[in-house]
Formats: sequence, C-alpha cells, structure tokens
Amino acid sequence: MSDEPTVRHHESVVTPAGEHDITDGGPDMVQFLDAEGNRLETNESNAPYAEIVEALTAEDGRAMYRDLVLVRRVDAEGHALQRQGELGLWPSLLGQEAAQVGAGRAMRPQDYAFPGYREHGVAWCKGVPPENLLGMFRGVNNGGWDSNENNFHLYTIVIGNQMLHATGYAMGIQRDGAVGTGDESRDAAVMAFTGDGGTAQGDYNEALVFAGVANAPVVFFVQNNQWAISEPNYKQFRIPPYLRARGFGFPGVRVDGNDVLASYAVSKAAMDAARAGQGPTLIEAFTYRMGAHTTSDDPTKYRIAAEVDIWREKDPIKRMRGFMEKNGHADQEFFDAVDAEADEIAARIRKACQEMPNPELPTMFDNIYVDEHPVVAAERDEFVAYHASFEGAGH
Amino acid sequence: MSTITMANALNQALRDSIAEDENVLVFGEDVGTLGGVFRITDGLTRDFGEDRCFDTPLAEAGIVGFALGMCLTGFRPVVEMQFDAFAYPAFEQIASHVAKMRNRTAGKVTLPMVIRVPYAGGIGGVEHHCDSSEGYYAHTPGLKVVTPSTPADAYSLLREAIADPDPVVFMEPKVLYWSKADLELPATTEPFGRAAVRRNGTDVTLVTYGPSVPTALKAAEAAQEEGWNVEVIDLRTIVPFDDETVVESVRRTGRCVVVSEAQGFGGVAGEVAARVTERCFHSLEAPVLRVSGLDIPYPAPKLEHTYLPGVERILDAIARLQWDDVPDLHHAGAGATA
Ligand SMILES: Cc1ncc(C[n+]2csc(CCOP(=O)(O)OP(=O)(O)O)c2C)c(N)n1
Ligand SMILES: [Mg+2]
Repeated sequence: MSDEPTVRHHESVVTPAGEHDITDGGPDMVQFLDAEGNRLETNESNAPYAEIVEALTAEDGRAMYRDLVLVRRVDAEGHALQRQGELGLWPSLLGQEAAQVGAGRAMRPQDYAFPGYREHGVAWCKGVPPENLLGMFRGVNNGGWDSNENNFHLYTIVIGNQMLHATGYAMGIQRDGAVGTGDESRDAAVMAFTGDGGTAQGDYNEALVFAGVANAPVVFFVQNNQWAISEPNYKQFRIPPYLRARGFGFPGVRVDGNDVLASYAVSKAAMDAARAGQGPTLIEAFTYRMGAHTTSDDPTKYRIAAEVDIWREKDPIKRMRGFMEKNGHADQEFFDAVDAEADEIAARIRKACQEMPNPELPTMFDNIYVDEHPVVAAERDEFVAYHASFEGAGH
Repeated sequence: MSTITMANALNQALRDSIAEDENVLVFGEDVGTLGGVFRITDGLTRDFGEDRCFDTPLAEAGIVGFALGMCLTGFRPVVEMQFDAFAYPAFEQIASHVAKMRNRTAGKVTLPMVIRVPYAGGIGGVEHHCDSSEGYYAHTPGLKVVTPSTPADAYSLLREAIADPDPVVFMEPKVLYWSKADLELPATTEPFGRAAVRRNGTDVTLVTYGPSVPTALKAAEAAQEEGWNVEVIDLRTIVPFDDETVVESVRRTGRCVVVSEAQGFGGVAGEVAARVTERCFHSLEAPVLRVSGLDIPYPAPKLEHTYLPGVERILDAIARLQWDDVPDLHHAGAGATA
C-alpha cells in the first residue's frame, strides 16, 4: 500500500487549509451570478438549470430579494435580543440567506422541511412566523411550533438525527401515493437540512443509504458553511459531500450557496425530480458562516479574519441587488420599502419576544404521555400543592 | 496555593496525564484548536501537539468505537463528548462493547478508556444540553461512573480514571466548571471508590453527588438553623459504590435523604435508597426519601429552577422524616420524590 490517496480526482480531495481554497467552490459549482451580480455565461455546470433561471420574472427576483433582506433582519434581531439578555442563545444564519431562501422557495406548501437549528430562512419561506423560532432560545419551551401547520419540522439540535426523520417521512408519502402522480397540488417531496459537520454522523449516512435504496422523494440540502464550530472541512471529510452522493446511488450537486438564483434553480430541479418519483438528490450549498457558531462561540480562537473578509465580498444580498439594479428590475423605492418592512418586522419580533409569557409551572408535566401516567400526575399534584404552600409566605 | 476552578483542575489533570504517559491521547469534537466548548482541553494541542490532542469528525459513535480500537493497540484514550445528550449516539458502543470487552474476552482484554461527559443542568441550556445521564451508565455493568464536585476531586479523580485499567465514564457537572477552590496541584483526594463526608452531622444523612453537592451543603447549613444537624456525603464514584461510608453514616443518624438532579424514577437515587433500606432498615427512624429531578423531560430553561432539587425541597424532605414519631401518611410508602 502506498501513502497516495486512492482517489483519482485529486482536485476534489479536501485537504488542510493552505492546500486547497476554502473560498472557491471549484468548476463543478453551479453559479449564475458573480459577486457583483453579473449574470454568468452558460457553462457546463449551470447549463442544466439555465431554463429555470430564464423562467424567473423580475417580480420573482424582487420576491427573492425581499426574503433575503427580511430573513437577515430577523436573524440580526435574534442576535441582538440574545445580546440584550432576552434570549439565552442564538445561532445566526448570517451569510447563508441565499442558500436557505433558494431552497425554501423551491418548496411547495405540501412539501415538508426538516431543519437543523440554523434554518431561520427556510422557516420564513415555509410561512413559520419568526416569533415562533424564539421560544426555545428564550427558554420558554422545547420547540414551540406545530410542525404540521407549515410542514416545517421542529429544530433538531442533535446533529444529523433529522436526516433519518426526513427520509422516513419521504418513504411515508411515497407509500401514500403522493409521488409521481403528475398532480401538481398533490405530489410532494421532502427537504432535509444539515451542515458540513453533519455529514460525518452515522445518522446522516444511514439516511442517505435508506433514501437511495427506497428511491425516496427527499432532497438532502447540506449547507457547507466551511465550519463545524471550530472544525474546518478537512477534519470532517476527504471528499466533499456532493461527490459522495454518487456512492449512495443518487446525484449530488454543488451550488453556490451565496447565489440565490442558483440555489433556487438547483433546489427546484431536485424537488421536481423527487416529486415526480425520480428519487433523491444531494445538494451541497457552498457558503460561509459569517458569524460565530452561536452567541456562545468566539471564532477568533480558530479562524482568521482574512477568510471572513474574502467571503464578505461574496455577500448574497449585495449580489442579488447588483443583478436587479443592472437589469432595471427594481428601483430605489422598492429597496427602501423592503428595508422599511424589515424594520417593522424586527420591531414586531422584538415586542413579541419581550411579551412572551413565562410558562406556568404545571405545564412542564403536560404532553409527556397521551394518557395521564399516574406517577407523573401524582408528582404534578404534589408539586403544585408544594409551590402553592409558599404563596403568601413571603417566598 | 492558588485559586483554581474545576475547569482548570481538569485541564491540569489532562496535561499531567499526557506528560506522564505517552499512551494517553485526548480527542473529540472541537478539543484541539478551540480547546473544547468548555475550554477543558485548552492549549493541549498547542503544548503537546496534534499527536496527543486532536479534533475528530463530528460523530460520537465513531469517537468511542475508534477509542476502543486504539485501546486494543495499547493507547489510553480520553475522549470528550461535547454535551450529555450528544453522547447518546455513542451509547451502543459504550453499552455493547466498551462495557463488555473484558468480560467477553475472559479477562484477556481491558479497555483503559475515559469518556468525559459534561452533564446536568442549571446553566440555562437549550434542550439536549442539560441531561443527567449517569443512570444509563451506572446501570451498565463493566463501566465505572465518576462525578467530582470539587476542583481537587476533579483533578484527583480524573488522574485516577485515566490510570484505571477499566473504562470510566467521567461525568463533569457543567454548573460547577467555574466553581473555585484554593489548592495546590497535583492534589490527591480520597481514593477511587470512596465517598467523602463533606459535612459531619448526627441527625440525618444527605447522600448526593456531582452538581447537587453544593446545594446539599447549603441545605445542611439552613437545616442547622432549624435544629437539625445534617451529615452530607458526596459519593464521588457512583460505580464503584461505597456502601461502607453510606451505611455507617445512616446507621448512626437513622435518617437519610438522597439528593440527585436526575429524574427520580429508575435512577441512581433510587438505587441508593434501596441499598440504604436493605442495609440500615433496623436503624431507620423514617423512610428514605429522594429529592430528585421530576419524572418529565428536562424542562425549558425558564422552569429549570423549579425542576432542580433546591435547598427548599431538601429542607422540606428533612422536615418530613418523622421527627415526632408521627407517621407521614402522605409520603409513607409512596416513595415519591419530594
Ligand atoms: C450529536 C451532536 N454532537 C455534537 C453536537 C454539538 N454541536 C452543535 S453544532 C455542532 C457543529 C455542527 O456543524 P455543521 O454540521 O457544519 O453545522 P453548522 O453549525 O455549521 O450550521 C456541534 C458539534 C450536537 N449538537 N449534536
Ligand atoms: Mg458548518
């Protein structure tokens, strides 16, 4: 055995920083807009998706831009609320707006999303009120929304677990006959979200095995934001996620996660295929976590500012705005209106957060079993009586 | 003497173990450059190199399974699980393989592995960051289960855990990471397998461990004002269990309350209560009571202060120990958590 890696495409091997460029997604990456918002020529990697992008109207572009700005504002507000002590923790999506809005907008109401914990932009696109995301981070509940209301599953903090749930859901709708009927309002598919770090987990890999075997209607959307807390890609995998999909029996695509048109087009093609019964796709959105891992993290301990600066130039909102301005798709009035709307939403979220009631003590005994369990019921009654005994006693 | 936090003490124990034994390796998620999310491995990679302390891919079953393999080649891995609930992906490796290897190989193979698990609540963590998972490990024969409550014990017990030939699940109470003590390291405390009497008393024995020890000591001080002289025992090692120290104390005081943050049903506190009852029945003036977490999923942070065993609940349990020889009808036999 030689020390040479057995991989043939040397350029696709993920190696320590310095040996490969973590700011460049390479020639396979599907991209429609450059950093300034110029529409790129059709090339080998974006050609299969060009038709989808061509079909987008100026109106569609404005709607995407609006989502990008509002989602960033929601995120900034979450961050600010944490800094002011209103939330215990906040995981920021800063930098990943285009990846998430592109994916989110490719879903139809009947499609189901299984998020990690950073998918505030997907939640937005699925119609989940942003206020609902705050409860868990404020510490008033352990989830906080009805996942069936918007087909947006609860946030899953344990890395990779939700990939299995998503695949199971996809296998369920497959059995229900909600796939490949040709009825646009009925055919459904699933999107499962995780990060670059998540691809190392057993659950992730099992999900891909199951999805491949069942040819399930699920799209795995991996946001490769280059970091899993302090660990860069080369500590998680040797071959990037999009190239590994083949080994599970379905296609993998790397898309520029900071280009909302590309993210949308690739997601739409994958979801259309899944709904039509053509099975799974893995999308690797090549992007960057501009902020800390969460508000508890200090990234200066492990990454250099120059890297962040390079990625700042690739900002997804600046890029989309550039595209719209160059093509006369929106005027100043539009941009101002979106900003004003963002301020309104931020104020609304802030108010909702501050007014969020603390949970009543007995509620922690609720919803543990469908039928009341006598041990829990007895504890609750004892506990309520015990706390009541302090009332009026100066406690 | 200097002021040392539990986090400092754990870091120093890792340093000294790495320096003294070339087979000791430290690995896990974010333990290298970052030094761990709680900074327990701070500076180890810098000072000892990637060979001795390194980041792994994000997969706990992988970390523990891979540590097992390394043990077979003579290494002594000390692995970090980032949080209590994130050790569950590794549970199969731990319960089915790590715990049983010595038994399955008829004693030919031992696994000198330490699995460090930051555990328990009280830090306002979102869900999955606050579990008291010691019961799962304690219930699994073949594993030693250790939990320090002081910086000195953190140092001494971790050194002993690393030197121990058996696999040790080393449970670190997150809420005590920044607790301080004036001490000189290296420190040697009571040996592995010995409980420590943290406060001497004559009327009632509080048996506790890990994050609940400071709370129990506070409750003991408060109880003194009400006229009860309380003894506080810190188990330190849940497995091996020190029957001797606990039984001696309860036979002397005649009353016992077990305090533990974990859910009460089927937990370590119940095991302690059963052992005490079996061994001290004729000395007991009252049923052994438990003050534990409630039998519900760990609640959202805004409710955790009511969920966790606090001074008031401990005092309430002490008050119910049939001091007037009037049976407490509400609680007698119910065995319910206070
Ligand atoms: C099973 C499990 N292990 C460890 C953690 C702690 N943890 C939280 S996020 C994270 C890194 C995740 O990185 P990645 O998948 O790239 O997602 P990102 O945070 O970058 O969006 C880790 C290790 C966890 N939540 N679950
Ligand atoms: Mg990541």
